[in-house]
Amino acid sequence: MEARRPTRAVIDPKVRHVGFFAPPANPLPGPNSTLLSGSPAGNSLSPVMIPPPRHPSDRSPAVPVPDTGLRRQGSDHVPVGSYNPSESLLSSSPAASSPSGRVGLADGEFSEESDGWYRYRRSGSGKYDLPLPDTTPEKALDYSAKSSAAPVLESKKPAHVSGKSGKAVVEEQNELQSSSKRPKEKTTKAERRALQEAQRAAKAAAKAEGNKSAAVSGGGPPSKPVKQPSIKKDAPPVSLSIAASDKKGSDRPPEKERKKDVPPPRMQFDDKSRVEKAKRRSVVHQTEARNRVELFRHLPQYEHGSQLPDLESKFFQLDPVHPAVYKVGLQYLAGDITGGNARCIAMLRAFKEAIEDYSTPPEKNLARDLTAKISSYVSFFTECRPLSISMGNAIRFVKSRIANLPLNLSESEAKAAVCSDIERFINEKIILADNVIVRHAVTKIRDGDVLLTYGSSCVVEMFLLYAHEMGKQFRVVVVDSRPKLEGQALLRRLVANGLSCTYSHINAISYIMHEVTRVFLGAASVLSNGTVYSRVGTASVAMVAHAFRVPVIICCEAYKFHERVQLDSICSNELGDPDAIAKVPGRMDVNYLNNWSNKENLQLLNLMYDATPSDYISMIITDYGMIPTTSVPVIVREYSREHLFI
Amino acid sequence: MWWRSASFILDQRNQDDAASSTKPETLSVSPPQTQSSYMAAAEPFNQNPNPNPKISAYYQTRAAHTGVVTKDWLAQAQAAVGRHPDDVPSPGYEVETSDSGKSFSVIHEFNNWRKQPDLAEAVAAIRALAAVIRASEATTMMELEIELKKASDSLKSWDTTSISLTAGCDLFMRYVTRTSALEYEDFNSAKSRLIERAEKFGEISCKARRIIAMLSQDFIFDGCTILVHGFSRVVLEVLKTAAQNKKLFRVFCTEGRPDRTGLRLSNELAKLDVPVKLLIDSAAAYSMDEVDMVFVGADGVVESGGIINMMGTYQIALVAHSMNKPVYVAAESYKFARLYPLDQKDMAPALRPIDFGVPIPSKVEVETSARDYTPPQYLTLLFTDLGVLTPSVVSDELIQLYL
Repeated sequence: MEARRPTRAVIDPKVRHVGFFAPPANPLPGPNSTLLSGSPAGNSLSPVMIPPPRHPSDRSPAVPVPDTGLRRQGSDHVPVGSYNPSESLLSSSPAASSPSGRVGLADGEFSEESDGWYRYRRSGSGKYDLPLPDTTPEKALDYSAKSSAAPVLESKKPAHVSGKSGKAVVEEQNELQSSSKRPKEKTTKAERRALQEAQRAAKAAAKAEGNKSAAVSGGGPPSKPVKQPSIKKDAPPVSLSIAASDKKGSDRPPEKERKKDVPPPRMQFDDKSRVEKAKRRSVVHQTEARNRVELFRHLPQYEHGSQLPDLESKFFQLDPVHPAVYKVGLQYLAGDITGGNARCIAMLRAFKEAIEDYSTPPEKNLARDLTAKISSYVSFFTECRPLSISMGNAIRFVKSRIANLPLNLSESEAKAAVCSDIERFINEKIILADNVIVRHAVTKIRDGDVLLTYGSSCVVEMFLLYAHEMGKQFRVVVVDSRPKLEGQALLRRLVANGLSCTYSHINAISYIMHEVTRVFLGAASVLSNGTVYSRVGTASVAMVAHAFRVPVIICCEAYKFHERVQLDSICSNELGDPDAIAKVPGRMDVNYLNNWSNKENLQLLNLMYDATPSDYISMIITDYGMIPTTSVPVIVREYSREHLFI
Repeated sequence: MWWRSASFILDQRNQDDAASSTKPETLSVSPPQTQSSYMAAAEPFNQNPNPNPKISAYYQTRAAHTGVVTKDWLAQAQAAVGRHPDDVPSPGYEVETSDSGKSFSVIHEFNNWRKQPDLAEAVAAIRALAAVIRASEATTMMELEIELKKASDSLKSWDTTSISLTAGCDLFMRYVTRTSALEYEDFNSAKSRLIERAEKFGEISCKARRIIAMLSQDFIFDGCTILVHGFSRVVLEVLKTAAQNKKLFRVFCTEGRPDRTGLRLSNELAKLDVPVKLLIDSAAAYSMDEVDMVFVGADGVVESGGIINMMGTYQIALVAHSMNKPVYVAAESYKFARLYPLDQKDMAPALRPIDFGVPIPSKVEVETSARDYTPPQYLTLLFTDLGVLTPSVVSDELIQLYL
């Protein structure tokens, strides 16, 4: 499945017609399902499409570890096709489980999280190879050995497997003998539903292929496994759109090599089938917004306000999600915590709390189980609000710390170590970094300067207050924009501290820029081509400042740097609530857009971020000093490792 | 890691204070005899009860250059040699440094080194710092490091307007102390390792000019016309090497007002039988058509990849850029400074008086800044002893050096 992701990254853009592409009612899944079912293997729906029942804690273990090994094994043996049911069965089931795992991670997210996740998996599996006896390849072998005996040893296997990688096998188990499984696996409602669906699909498949199923004849279980391999063979010719998803099967080995360098694609929300899958598993049930802008269909967009009450009511039901995490998730959702640093710190603190309350279940490995737990929390966060790049980096850090725990640590020691690492990350990478940035930045202003800032960046705010404390004489222009009007909060705090301020909206930027001598901006992330990814509107401000030859200074902690390269604001972004731009608070008379969602030919776009080209930026101030945009890759190269292994 | 740069800011602030309180002496960029004599000559000036705050040490460096051009100045300088060249440092520094025990010698050491012909000031500083290590009686690594830091601070505060002096000291500290010396249990072996590194660094710095000259030869082709602004020993070395390699080229020298550094360069080049044409500074755009490349030195190379150089470099670079002529900068790596000017005013100004030949009414303001900042986008390549670099690499090098 990892193999699959990179492929998608490569192929998707070609397949997807962006912009002038009339939204088909059912672009992918339609042809996909019909065609596939038409083909002998088509029913393969079952393994691939239906996510296995999910129990957040169980789901992930299946993914990080056995994943690669099993997949590989599957790809090696499976292409031959149907004749060894047991084998294909095994290979198919992990495959089935893993995409779901992947989607779960990717879903709802626009940013790094998948990356972090992905990375972790990569490094994790590699890492596990060394210290642990049951590493992926070995496990795979173990598995395959068992698989030959699978039909016979049915009853024994689940116990064994659930201990290790749980879910992978669970699904097939469900089908093979649900009765045997039930007592062992605790099933949630979602699980049961997924199971039912799987069975239904399998049945349908069997029905569709009378002859085929006859040949296989095993009934439910064989039919399903059989399909999986056959998809791989049959699919490519079937249809272009499908080809994307199939290809992964065929060129997996090379992909595997390549994947290390290729960042994982994010979930594309115009890919209906995957969205459906993701939705089924999600904790937060969101209704998708209507009338979405075509160009941004690949980004998640939900109707705001519908999920929160729902989630709140579920507060006591969701045992897998730690209350602290749940709380933070709700705060994200409600918009109570905003800003890259605040969100990141809140997340890390929640993780810390969760880790402190964590105890390793019997027969499980702390490192792996905890990682899985974290992953499930992350996917919960993602459902609440797409992760920011800073959060992605922080998650990467946490996971790598967990993965690198020495094996001889006791559970409490390990927990303490991880917690102190998290605390140190907060201190060193965020709080101290901010202090350093502030001290650098203050050297760049002179008495009599007029500083302009846009939106509300906490580092810029700290810097302005610090400069004021130092007795520098300067004036601040706070430029703001609808709909968030974050600048007003900043303005209030600045004025309360006695700074002399000017407040303006971005519409007046070209007027106000005449008098400005420095522009200080915050950033959600700095990408390795020097592009600054920040609150929407930043690019306009930077561009105007550049045109007026005013230096543009970006203040950004180095932990927000990312190696990705981005050229526009389209590929990855976050969509806000379109209602926010349709309504003007306090102006009842401005109601022209009241029923906009009913108008088919009207689409509202409320982007949250934009990408500022590096040309417009004079300097980036980070905790490593003041650097030009061309040096971002150096920082990323030299220090991203340090983020992981402080 | 970050503390390095933070302390750097603090250092600078301290220096600024120091600079405002005491008037630093001349820089070393000219040949030693002139230098020392100049300093002797400048002594009364500096000891002025009310020293003119508008004249920086930077100007005095430039004045030393001018001294070569005017014969009478040279004669005067020569005559002045042999007086007391070494008591130049102002008493303030003597007091300040003597409390650190050893480093009282550092300024003397520095001045001694500077007397060597053609030794850049930064290299002299590097040598002086190496001597500090050697002379140190410290018994622990920490002590030694503190001592070294004090010495380098006093050197830096000796002339805050000299970018290369500051940068050279910083780099030395980085290069020498960033070794694994601290791992040695034995202090003496650690110290000898430090000395070894210091020597090596000094040697590298010494050879830098030569290396740059070699590197730049590929860029000078037969029949080319080179525009040179100001007097830079590196650029001179480059042109000298090119002439020795029998390359056929001609040089346009700007006049280099007000200290007429261009005149000096044209003198030197004439001695090498290179065809030279002198231009007034304002003729840069007029003659840019004929020019194939612009060659300039640098007082300092800053983190953005831009350079700080003699006044007029920026406008020449602008003109060259707009006419698509390459602008090459020759600069030793010890001039790489941890500075990041955002615009022209964003630097510690180096001031100098300008002689307009006629009295200027007191109501008329005179821009006395001696150097400007050329942003990286107007530079084509930097020839350094680290190799031929694009401007953006400078910051990479600095990051790797300092962080």
